[in-house]
This record gives sequence, C-alpha cells and structure tokens, in this order.
Amino acid sequence: MLKINNLHVKLEEEDKQILKGVDLEVPAGAVHAIMGPNGSGKSTLSYVLSGKDGYVVTEGSATLEGQDLLDLEPDERAAAGLFLAFQYPVEIPGVGNMTFLRTALNSQRKARGEEELSATDFLKMIREKAKALKIDAEMLKRPVNVGFSGGEKKRNEILQMAMLEPRMCILDETDSGLDVDAMKLVSEGVNALRDKGRAFLVITHYQRLLDHIKPDVVHIMADGRIVKSGGPELALEVEHNGYAGILAEMA
Amino acid sequence: MMAQALEKPDALALRLDGAGLPEGGAWITEARKAALTRLEAMGLPGRRDEYWRFTRPDSLNAADPAPAAMLPQDDEAPVFHAIDRLKIVFVDGVFDPAQSDPLDMAGIEIERLADAARTDIHWARDVYGVLEARGQTPVARPFGALNTAYASDGVMIRVTGKAARPVSLIYRHENATSDAVLHHVVKLEAGADLTLLEDGPAAARFNNVLEVEVADGAAFHHVRAQGRDHERQAVTHIFTRLGTESVFKSFTLTVNGRLTRNECVIEMLGDDAVAHVAGAAMGDGDFHHDDTVFVTHDAQRCESRQVFKKVLRNGAVGVFQGKILVKPDAQKTDGYQKSQSLLLDEDSTFLAKPELEIYADDVVCSHGSTSGAIDETALFYLRSRGMPEHIATDLLVLAFLADTIEEIEDEAIADDITGRLDAWLKRRRG
Ligand SMILES: Nc1ncnc2c1ncn2[C@@H]1O[C@H](COP(=O)(O)OP(=O)(O)O)[C@@H](O)[C@H]1O
Ligand SMILES: [Mg+2]
Repeated sequence: MLKINNLHVKLEEEDKQILKGVDLEVPAGAVHAIMGPNGSGKSTLSYVLSGKDGYVVTEGSATLEGQDLLDLEPDERAAAGLFLAFQYPVEIPGVGNMTFLRTALNSQRKARGEEELSATDFLKMIREKAKALKIDAEMLKRPVNVGFSGGEKKRNEILQMAMLEPRMCILDETDSGLDVDAMKLVSEGVNALRDKGRAFLVITHYQRLLDHIKPDVVHIMADGRIVKSGGPELALEVEHNGYAGILAEMA
Repeated sequence: MMAQALEKPDALALRLDGAGLPEGGAWITEARKAALTRLEAMGLPGRRDEYWRFTRPDSLNAADPAPAAMLPQDDEAPVFHAIDRLKIVFVDGVFDPAQSDPLDMAGIEIERLADAARTDIHWARDVYGVLEARGQTPVARPFGALNTAYASDGVMIRVTGKAARPVSLIYRHENATSDAVLHHVVKLEAGADLTLLEDGPAAARFNNVLEVEVADGAAFHHVRAQGRDHERQAVTHIFTRLGTESVFKSFTLTVNGRLTRNECVIEMLGDDAVAHVAGAAMGDGDFHHDDTVFVTHDAQRCESRQVFKKVLRNGAVGVFQGKILVKPDAQKTDGYQKSQSLLLDEDSTFLAKPELEIYADDVVCSHGSTSGAIDETALFYLRSRGMPEHIATDLLVLAFLADTIEEIEDEAIADDITGRLDAWLKRRRG
C-alpha cells in the first residue's frame, strides 16, 4: 500500500535536515506503529506524505499503491486514498462541521469521477457514523473544531476518517490528550475500519493505544530514521525501558 | 488658507455647472435651498480633507460621470427574486411605474418624491434634509447636502403598522453615462416595522440618500446589494435617528464597482435602542470600497454594532472609517466596532481608521481592525481532506464573511445574499 524509500526531507526556510533516509513499507490490511522520542521526525513524515508546504524532499520517494505521492497536491493525495488524523486538529471558525465534511467528501468523489452524495444520503451516513463515536448533532453543527475539547477534536478526526473511507490512514498521536473512555471510543472507531484493503500507520508515544489497536509491526524512529522494527513486543520494550536502551543498542 | 477657500467654491461651481434647483412646492423648495446653502458653506471635499484621506473624491466631484458599461445580468436570478416584496423600479435614477408594483400596502404609505414635491405641505418635511443636516456636524458630508438640494426622485415612505412585506427598491442601469440622484425618506411611527431592500447598480454614477426616522419601539431592517457593474461609481448616505427601544439594522453587500463610498450616520436619541450596521465587500482588481460610519450615542443603555468585512485581491482597495461618539449622559452604552479585511494577495490594500470618543464613564466600547491573508494552516487542513485549493479558499472566504451575514435577521434574505457571494466566487474561478 504505502512504500517509502530512502526519504530525505529538509526544511524550506532553513537548511535543516529532518528526515535522513526513511524506509518503510506498509502492506494492505496491516497496522504499523511508529514510536520514537519527541523531535525525531514522526509528524514531519506524516506532513510530507500528506503534502504540507514548508518541506523539501531532497532524496527518496513515497508511493501509494504504486502512485507517486510526492508529485500530487494535498487534495489529490486525499482523493487517492490518503488520510492524516492530525496531531493538532485545526479550528476553522465560520465553517460548519457538516458543510466541511460534505464538501470534502464530494470533492473526493468528484476527483475520482464518482457521483456526488445527495444531501439525504450524506445525512444518513454521518448520523450513523457520528453516533458510534458519540458525536452529537450539536457538535456536527458547530464550526469545525471550534470550542471542541481535546478529546472531541480527536473523535472528530476519526469521524472524518470514517466518512472519507481512505485506503491509507495515518494517525499522528491521536491518543495524546485522551482519557481512558475517549481512547476506547477512538480505538473502536479505528478498529471498525480495519479491513484487508486498508492500511494504518499509527504514530504514538505510548504502548497504551497499541493495547487497543493491535499493530502488526512496530518501528522505532530516531533522528529522522527508522532505527529498529519488530513485532508488538517492541512497544512493550519501549514502555519498560524507554528509548535509551534501544538507541544505545543501535549506536 | 486663502488658496483653499478659493479653490472649494470653484470646484463646486464646476460640479453644479449652473444647474438650478428642481421645481417644487413650498416645503421642498425650502429644504432644497437650505441644503444648497449648507453645500456652498462646506464646499466639495478637497485633497486635504481628512475625511477623504483614503478615498479620492475627484470622480465624484467631476461635473460629468465617467461612463460605465452595463453588465448583462442574465447569469443569475435577480437579487431577492424569491422574496415576496413590493417592487419599486428606478431606471437610471428615474421611477418607472410600468415596471413597478402599485404603491399600496396595508399599514404603509408610499409616495414618489416627484409627487410629494408638488405639494406645498407634506409630512416628509420633518425628515427630508432634516436628518441629513443633523449629520453634517461634526463632519461635513457634502454629497449628502448636494443630494438633498438636487434630488428629484425617490420614495417617501410612512409606516404606521407592521408592513405586510418588504419594500424593494430596484435600481436598473441602462444608460452608460447616467448620473442618478435619489433621495428616500422612511418614517416609522411608534411601534411600526418595515424591511427595506435595495439592489442594483442604478447608474454610471449614483448618489443615494436614505433618511430613516425610527420612532419609539419601531423596527427598521435594511438589506442592500449594490450592483455588480464593474465601472459604476456610487456615493451613498444613510442618516438615521432612533427613538426609545427602537431597532435599526442595515446590511450591505458590495461586489464590484470602481468606486463606492457608503456613509452611515446613526444618532441614538432614545434609551435602550439598538443599531447594527454591517457590510460584506468583495473586490477584484479596479475596486475601491469605502465604509464610513458615525454612531452617536446620546441616550442610555443603547447598543450599537458595526461589523464590516472585505475580501480584496488584484489591487482592490478597502477603506473603513468608523467612529463611536458617546455623549456625557449616554451611560451604559454598549458600542462595538469590528472591521476586518482578507487580502488574497499582496497587491491589495486595506486602510482603516477606527475611532472612539467617549465622554460618559459607565460604558463598554470596543473596536478591532485587522487585515490578514488566508490562514495557511486552515487551508492545508481543508485540502488534506480532499478539497482542491480553490474550493477550500472559497470556503474560507465565505467563513470570513459569515458574521456580517449573520446580522441579517430574515433567513430567506440572508440565504439570497450568501448565494450571491457563492455565485460571485464561482464566476471568479471561471
Ligand atoms: N516547520 C518547522 N520549522 C522548524 N522546525 C521544524 C519544523 N517542522 C519540524 N521541525 C523540527 O523537526 C524536528 C522533528 O519534528 P517533528 O516531526 O514534529 O517530530 P516528532 O513528531 O517526532 O516529535 C524537530 O526538531 C522540530 O523542531
Ligand atoms: Mg509529533
């Protein structure tokens, strides 16, 4: 599904290399996790994959089912099936959550040459998916993320993911700021989407989330590289010993 | 000093070009003469005029208007088309009975200015030119006085109850060199209620005055969509005086137009009155839009709100001059002023002069003026959900303007206005 090859990225504004050769392959149906200390480049990787400005790819490639991602506009990547649940979801005053989702969904459908969803079908779909995430009608009417609590913002990200039905889902620290109940809701939302045609890349600091969303592979990222990959037990090792042990082992 | 004193009457003489005041009955002749005397005393705005620092008055001062091509309006349904309203049509500033509805409706008297002007005594004498004259201090508004002196058409509306439906003034533009002057008077008696709609380019150059007397407990709602003709020029004034517990709400949409100066002068004279004035403007290229507002609080516990937003690109210019004056006895005044612009590129300009002048001690007044670009973080968020850049940008533009449209109380009218904005954005995309 997602293939990242020797990806090197620096900042546009200053001569600072952030990603220094990332190699990663997530097959369809799989859940991969990335863990790593703060500042190791996890968010940068997710932004570069989704097409945010401000970064320059100096070397390497990233493809989604063989299609070169790095050449595409952010919206084209979304239409191709890529989705990023933001570490910090953005507040957009004046744009209602419903209008936002409907415009997004229909833009993607249009880009793929599919028919737009009617207002009735859209309403039916969103009501159903919002209910599962305990998002009420009032929250759907409010402007996007404005006045939402941390947990509400993260649930709203998962709702968007459920509505847009992407093939490749990247979750950037979706667990941060969540209490136990919210974490359960979010995990259930993600697990409900697990499918053999869909892949997940879950970025997290904590083992906790991975108890709910069971990964097939865990990668450790440090200083702009994947330094170690292994099974779910690698997350437990991080949980018990921190990154120091693993990083020392690598050095 | 001398040079300026000499220069001003000359400019006025050129502008008037020997035109005599229109013929009329006693009451209006008196009002017109008084207005001409005011105008001669103040002269036309000059280069050094502080109140015209951001907007050059030259093309308004000129004897003849610059020609303005008519925009064929067949690309969208007429403004307010779905609203049940009494239509009054003016073509290049002249009332057209054939295109207008009969001027009658329960609870309201409507008369053409040209007819009212033939009488010697008329109720409108208490308002016509009276509110305009009050609005001439502390700042001169020469085009308002010019209008009172020379206007020969418009409507005089007296409302005694709740008007059954809105009155809709429609301004058609059919002559590329027309120079229209319209003067309307609206008098709402105690407890009366009226919605007034205005739309259309009106003329190559349009001078419009609307005087609104809102008596105790009356409510006046005003929604205006200035025409889309690219080369049109307009100077408009609203002068209003509010009684106790009365309501005045005015919203203006402006898209296109080479020059628009909208002045709104509000006097809050009765306690517990509410006045809201809002505007949404979108300009692309040769567009200069000026909102100049002056609110005087001269009674207790009144609320005033000014909400103005402008979206500018390709060298378009936006101006906001807004003042709140709170007199010594106007305790518990709640005055609010917001003017913001969204600059879609670096060629566009927003000039703002917000002012508060407060002589009472127990008041809440605030003002904020900002100017910024599209929020890149928000734009990326929308695009990451699959919206192409132009769709995401349009959504953010509409979101930016949303709180001006929220000032329109009637939902169907607000939807019509939102539809205009939407359509304008779509046409820009081609
Ligand atoms: N736009 C930016 N401007 C400046 N520094 C940045 C920017 N984006 C990322 N960085 C830097 O790149 C490094 C990696 O950041 P990030 O990808 O957010 O790490 P992580 O998500 O793993 O905590 C950090 O040192 C961070 O300060
Ligand atoms: Mg991060």
